[in-house]
Amino acid sequence: MTIPVPSFSLSSIGPWLTLTIAAIIILLVDAFSPKGRKGIFPILALVALAVAAWQTYCLWGKVGVDFSRMVYLDNFAFYFYLIIILGTALTILLSPNYLEEFGKNLGEYYALVLFAAVGMLLMAASAHFIMIFLGLEIMSIAVYVLAGLFREDPRSNEAALKYLVLGAFASGFLLFGMVMLYGAGGGTLYLSELASKLSSYAELTRPLTLLGLALIIVGFGFKVASVPFHMWTPDVYEGAPTNVTAFMAVGVKAAAFAAFARVMFMVFPDFTVQWNMVLWVLAVATMTLGNVVAIAQTNIKRMLAYSSIAHAGYLMVALVAHNQLGAVSLLYYLLAYTIMNIGAFAVVILVGRKKDSYLNIYDYSGLGFQHPALAATMAIFMLALAGIPPTAGFVGKFYIFSAAVKAGYIWLAIIGVMNSLVSVYYYLRITVLMYMRPAEAELGPIPFTYGLTFAVALTAVATLAIGIFPGFFYDMAVNSVKIFPGLAG
Amino acid sequence: MQLPILSVLIFLPLLGIIPLFFLSQKNDKVLKGYTLALSLVEFVLSLRLWFGFNDAATGMQFVERHNWLPQYGISYFVGIDGFSLLLIMLTTFLTPICVLATWEDVQFRVKEFMICLLFMMSGMIGVFVSLDVFLFYVFWELQLIPMYLLIGVWGNPARRVYAAVKFFLYTMFGSLLMLVAILVLYFYHAKTTGTYTFDLLKLYGLNVPFNMQFWMFLAFALAFAIKVPMFPFHTWLPDAHTEAPTVGSVILAAVLLKMGTYGFLRFNMPLFPEAAYYFVPLFSILAIIGIVYGALVSMVQKDLKRLIAFSSVSHLGFVMLGLFTYTMQGVQGGIIQMINHGLSTGALFLIVGCIYERRHTRMIADFGGLSTPMPIYATIFMIVALSSIGLPGLNGFVGEFLILLGAFKVNKLYAAIAATGVIFAACYMLWMFQRVMFGKVTNEKNMGLSDLSWREIAYFAPLLLFIVWIGVYPSTFLDKTKATTAQFISKMEKANKGTKLTLSHLFKGEAR
Repeated sequence: MTIPVPSFSLSSIGPWLTLTIAAIIILLVDAFSPKGRKGIFPILALVALAVAAWQTYCLWGKVGVDFSRMVYLDNFAFYFYLIIILGTALTILLSPNYLEEFGKNLGEYYALVLFAAVGMLLMAASAHFIMIFLGLEIMSIAVYVLAGLFREDPRSNEAALKYLVLGAFASGFLLFGMVMLYGAGGGTLYLSELASKLSSYAELTRPLTLLGLALIIVGFGFKVASVPFHMWTPDVYEGAPTNVTAFMAVGVKAAAFAAFARVMFMVFPDFTVQWNMVLWVLAVATMTLGNVVAIAQTNIKRMLAYSSIAHAGYLMVALVAHNQLGAVSLLYYLLAYTIMNIGAFAVVILVGRKKDSYLNIYDYSGLGFQHPALAATMAIFMLALAGIPPTAGFVGKFYIFSAAVKAGYIWLAIIGVMNSLVSVYYYLRITVLMYMRPAEAELGPIPFTYGLTFAVALTAVATLAIGIFPGFFYDMAVNSVKIFPGLAG
Repeated sequence: MQLPILSVLIFLPLLGIIPLFFLSQKNDKVLKGYTLALSLVEFVLSLRLWFGFNDAATGMQFVERHNWLPQYGISYFVGIDGFSLLLIMLTTFLTPICVLATWEDVQFRVKEFMICLLFMMSGMIGVFVSLDVFLFYVFWELQLIPMYLLIGVWGNPARRVYAAVKFFLYTMFGSLLMLVAILVLYFYHAKTTGTYTFDLLKLYGLNVPFNMQFWMFLAFALAFAIKVPMFPFHTWLPDAHTEAPTVGSVILAAVLLKMGTYGFLRFNMPLFPEAAYYFVPLFSILAIIGIVYGALVSMVQKDLKRLIAFSSVSHLGFVMLGLFTYTMQGVQGGIIQMINHGLSTGALFLIVGCIYERRHTRMIADFGGLSTPMPIYATIFMIVALSSIGLPGLNGFVGEFLILLGAFKVNKLYAAIAATGVIFAACYMLWMFQRVMFGKVTNEKNMGLSDLSWREIAYFAPLLLFIVWIGVYPSTFLDKTKATTAQFISKMEKANKGTKLTLSHLFKGEAR
């Protein structure tokens, strides 16, 4: 008996292959080379990411499916590829020296980051629920390990364990939701087929479909850290190594939103009325809780954790809007968020120094005049996260709230902007400390290393640049979301 | 090709920041001299606007338009008319004065101070020239940051952070709701005309239904009323003024508050004319409460800066009252009063700054009899105080008189109550002046105070010149705003008829 092998083209998953091969090479080099070659891993990883970015660039514009309709080739996926590759590359720039301080500058770290990135890319391009699940697991397992990278540190252990247990639970929910939809859709898990099977109102409102949808929202809600599935976020973000936190905050979130948005926009485009009320409530709860609780934080990583919860809330507003502009704003905001958030974490790493001994927000006192450039970049990131012009964060929020207003959710937009106001308070507090309080202790030398400095400078410039000239990425995003015919104008 | 003068005015200070980074922090005189030179160049350039401005034309002048985000209907669209011209001139005129005033006052982090000042200048001019709503919003938010830093870093150590954060959050609160209203307006325009645009002049042409106007007017008005500040939203002002450094207070009072009143003129009223008529009673009464309340509270202040801050609430109440009359006199008076307040209150803050520099206190009780050691100072103080009160022959009188005239035409009661504000102003100003300047020198520390230096006289002189000029011959300035005001009034008149009809219709319905 012969099994026919369906035709496929490896080039359509080029970026995945590149990153996987690079990760394996890193592992092999690590195993076979004598000690003291550590400097090569970040370079290898960056080169692989550059190649992946180039491959994505070559793929840009292609439309179709491959690997037995399992993988989508479209600009929506490729836009997310770029966001994920950018986020991963910036994470790697942050890493070497930071890990060196803890004696953990190991090959497997870079390999795991690349594996996680492959999982993220998979999620962004999945055309089938099983693919989404595979991507999610590839990503998650790598990130569980990364969170526990500092295995002598109890907080890192706690983070890893908490993330693993809760994450596995959430994956279970997602899987169970898929099972329900498999039944509801009459035995298919292809997104496009589900969309046509579930297109009638009667099909959509069957309990099986609704239950499946609810469970899927739980699963994704966990990964994007939306209320009430956010409980793990602060502890994991605080306990994990800072560079891993940055990676989780942008990469995992972007990938989860990619899959979330694709499922919502593709499978349930006509389902606006029902699931949007659920998402509306979730978005408001997520924004509000994230922002209000962030005010009370004194640990900068915890504060950024709650802020990332709040940002998940803003991004969900884009999903609720459920129009083309909403999808565009989702893409643009994730790009902006990746840049400004990694920038902020890079500053946290710089200020944290020697084994993260300065993570309290009061350690930023007086930074403004002791290290003007560093403080200025941190101020840019904080203002960007707060959504103040002319930064990328402002333009992103502007798009998101435009989408909400356009879809008629004026109250959602008002709640959203009021949340921004609340967020201004705690982001501003960092600038207050940096510029308006005297230093409590001599800050001492800050280890400006090439990678970190470059990452900080790049993200700061990019935050301003794409805030002032957002046209290019806006057009790209518009181009990317054309694949969703179900979205209103 | 003509020089794009407005862009030059906006971006020159921003570009001027770059050399500042390379100057040494130690030579503070070089830093200040550089900034002074730059701001003087800016002033000279802005004279081109003044002399090139066509008084008779009603449209926008010096227009520049470039695509910024054409997919979204956002453009870099700037231009000025009579309303903005005077405020831009005020801005460019006051900045060199402010730099001069920092000469001895600011010794801490001079470089950063100058960066903030120049940044501020760009933002302020940007606000006054933007004709694209998105662009306006960007500048509107942008100038918050330097002001926030000015108050928070160089302010009074005790409560500066509180004041800075309060200032930021209050302003932000209003502007965020305005952002939502802008978006609603934008999509409404797209829905009715099919084009996506933030172009203010196109949005003017829109006929928004009354119930939408109602809410959008309130959203815009909240943002601007906080900035003005109108009566119930004024509580950030005394804190910000009191804690800010001298120059911060001057800019805050002279220019930043005008952004609120300017916003009413430029956005609220022309965009939502029916609602603007509908809300006349509410806003007039709030303005009058502001006038009387501000004046009464001024009377009991012990701190000079706080007293002047509350007098600002009162003076801006006059401006708002004038604007909401929709009469030629009222609106023109309102505009001239904006300038007057900028000059007089700016000068008053500088005057307080002078003695604060010498004595490091602003409490009225610490002074007394200052006219003996400081005669020149006393003279200047007297003229400025009288101008703030509204003595005929000085600028304050012109503005307040025109406003009261306009108000009288619309509602005699409003005018009568508002006029008491002038009397109260005389009370608190003169009483304060008497306690600070006259009598015997009671406090020994005040004995040997030096009189004003040449530098100080140099920056008061131009202020005094314009205080007298506007008082004696206001036509120079009124002529610039006449055409624009006339057009504005006729536009508002048209909307008025519509509203009256619907309102009377409503009443008739009730009567039946």
